[in-house]
Amino acid sequence: MLATDKPSTLKQTPLHALHVARGGKMVPFAGYDMPVQYATGVLKEHLHTRAAAGLFDVSHMGQLTLRAKSGKLEDAALALEKLVPMDILALAPGRQRYAQFTNKAGGILDDLMVANFGDHLFLVVNAACKDEDEAHLRAHLSDTCIIETLPDRALIALQGPKAADVLAKFCPEAPAMKFMDAGPHQMNGIACFVSRSGYTGEDGYEISIPNDQAEALTSALLNHPDVLPIGLGARDSLRLEAGLCLYGHDIDTTTTPIEGGLNWSIQKSRRTGGARAGGFLGSDRILAELDGGAPRKRIGLLPEGRAPVREGVLLFADANSTESIGSVTSGGFGPSLGAPIAMGYLPNAQAADGTTVFAELRGQRMPMKVSPMPFVPHSYKR
Amino acid sequence: MTTLYTEDHEWLLIDGDVVTVGITDYAQSQLGDVVFVELPKVGRALKKAEAAAVVESVKAASDVYAPITGEVVAVNDALAAEPALVNSDADSKAWFFKIKIADKSELEGLMDADAYKAHTA
Repeated sequence: MLATDKPSTLKQTPLHALHVARGGKMVPFAGYDMPVQYATGVLKEHLHTRAAAGLFDVSHMGQLTLRAKSGKLEDAALALEKLVPMDILALAPGRQRYAQFTNKAGGILDDLMVANFGDHLFLVVNAACKDEDEAHLRAHLSDTCIIETLPDRALIALQGPKAADVLAKFCPEAPAMKFMDAGPHQMNGIACFVSRSGYTGEDGYEISIPNDQAEALTSALLNHPDVLPIGLGARDSLRLEAGLCLYGHDIDTTTTPIEGGLNWSIQKSRRTGGARAGGFLGSDRILAELDGGAPRKRIGLLPEGRAPVREGVLLFADANSTESIGSVTSGGFGPSLGAPIAMGYLPNAQAADGTTVFAELRGQRMPMKVSPMPFVPHSYKR
Repeated sequence: MTTLYTEDHEWLLIDGDVVTVGITDYAQSQLGDVVFVELPKVGRALKKAEAAAVVESVKAASDVYAPITGEVVAVNDALAAEPALVNSDADSKAWFFKIKIADKSELEGLMDADAYKAHTA
């Protein structure tokens, strides 16, 4: 009942030794050997993050900078706007924004964070997509921009209601930052990039650290009594409760940002009638769906029983119908809710909150209710 | 009464012609926090190596296989109500189901405690 095979060609983050020393159970993830949990266990790691502060190693993610050859930030912003449906030009210095790289068909190549660091843009992309993202940026923007990857930097996240108190001792400016503020900050004398953001629905920070100082700073944070190291298992259950998409599962090249329910991330200036409407890859389809609706959408699902309903499970309109109408893209158990939760795609006709649909699980049809997300309210410091 | 073990990390407590089946402490430690258990129906005829029950952690679902052919004569409703028993008491209170043994010769080849210990070392 257990699989233990492990490829031997896995990459390691600068914090690998720290994970092993702290009892991390290491598994392959996006080409890296990463901790799925520590001795604490997924359930307690999840609950600890919601109650105090959890520390995550996300150094496998890609960090890049984008600079205009002209030296003007607005030229880099306008260049990036060719590849994302977001308003990057209006992104103020010291601010960060959620974005998606789209393709010509309107599908999503990756989702990412973009921050304005004054004279350049700082991007954080998914581990599994980072090489393709870099190639995509170079293919489209090399004539006007200098693209640099930052493999010499680690990335950690400190998440939870005590994160600000913990960080105050290391970085006095941190508590005054607002949700999605981002920029360079000294932390224990180390030159870091700090943003008030994360992937748990909790208040918290992401901190980019030079590789050679990553272990020292991370250890210092972990020495705080409110902080525990948290593995990928709880990272997944936390983001699922927060209703946040996992790229490659809930969104991918077959889903548009509108189907994915990411309309909120597309600013007015890029929509029909806006100052810089369209002009990004896939804009025809994406703007048409913004104006007229998409045929299906990403929805939250609450199984009525106790059985978790996981990725890939097919959804049906009723208990006997033979044609599936959608599928679950992420699902599991929500420790903070003490109940199973899922997200998936359904046609508009069945996507209204409160609609009952049926999941086919081990040959049985299990009722599930379409539910608003997030399942657990966000507690961002806006 | 004798306890035997499968390579799939189930234990079998043999009492006459009835065997009680659970998963081992080693298995629960590998699975992590168990949040859901689905048990077979009493009266179901199980074939050896058939998926008989499901145990789910926060992260993943795993099958529990019938270690022997026979009819399900009892299931542990207390376990279905409190799946975390698998983590706290895998070897005893967290038994899954009882099977009336159809063919005792199927017990041959299962491991004793020492052999199982070597298997997981």
